[in-house]
Amino acid sequence: MELSAFLFYFFALLIIGSAAIMVFSKNIVHSAFALMFTLAGLAAFYALLYAGFVAVTQLLVYVGGILVIVLFGVMLTTRGYFEKIKTRTVHLLPAALFSMAIAIILITVFLSTEWILAPLEEEVFTVQGIGELLMTDYMLPFQVVGVLLLLAIIGAVLMATRVAGEEEPPSASG
Amino acid sequence: MLIPEWIAEPGLNHFLVVSAILFSLGIMAVISRRNLIMILMGVELILNSANLNIVAFSRYGTLSLDGHMIALFVIIIAAAEAAVALAIALNIYNRFGSVDVQQVSDLKN
Repeated sequence: MELSAFLFYFFALLIIGSAAIMVFSKNIVHSAFALMFTLAGLAAFYALLYAGFVAVTQLLVYVGGILVIVLFGVMLTTRGYFEKIKTRTVHLLPAALFSMAIAIILITVFLSTEWILAPLEEEVFTVQGIGELLMTDYMLPFQVVGVLLLLAIIGAVLMATRVAGEEEPPSASG
Repeated sequence: MLIPEWIAEPGLNHFLVVSAILFSLGIMAVISRRNLIMILMGVELILNSANLNIVAFSRYGTLSLDGHMIALFVIIIAAAEAAVALAIALNIYNRFGSVDVQQVSDLKN
């Protein structure tokens, strides 16, 4: 068995196993750390698929940013000791049946479709192509997504700094 | 070799199956957990499974560098969504005293 196949199965086990731990763990802190392993394994998958820039972005944004945001959310929205945070799980059997049905349908569709495959090309370096596309074909989405990020951050800060019981921000005129 | 070929050489279908399992686990987290932060993590899982699909198609299909661009934009929008969702969770916690979504039913009553 080749090295890439071995790596694929190793990271597939890591991703699915830690995602299952994330979903079924009672302790929400354990869930957050299991999510970290899932996201890092997905970054390794992107590297296996020759998408180096996407892999690095996944590591930077997801593991470095979103996971920290999630951990802050856990810490800011709970009382008491951090290690003892337990969460509830409801409707376990119908939810399990529903998601199993979704998985079976998706896998059946994926395996029974004849995909149009291109011949594999040994493309090692994609960063230059991505940069050129960002400055030519994807110029407008690139700018729009920058404005969207700015708006989202301003909105998040405005919403998060509003204190309960004080609906109106204090007027500047005084 | 004893190992059949479809096991020894991972192709497009292997990645698609992994992403389907991730998607169903994310759906499971969204509909069975009652903590708002857990639901947020489930949504992140769903977004990641879609991203894995797109990148796999850009490797094996005809969607070459465009797939990478779509994946990058999905990651960016997921970051914005996580920041806004955390702000909403903080507001819910300030108003209701917990982030259990079963108690957030003011609009229903």
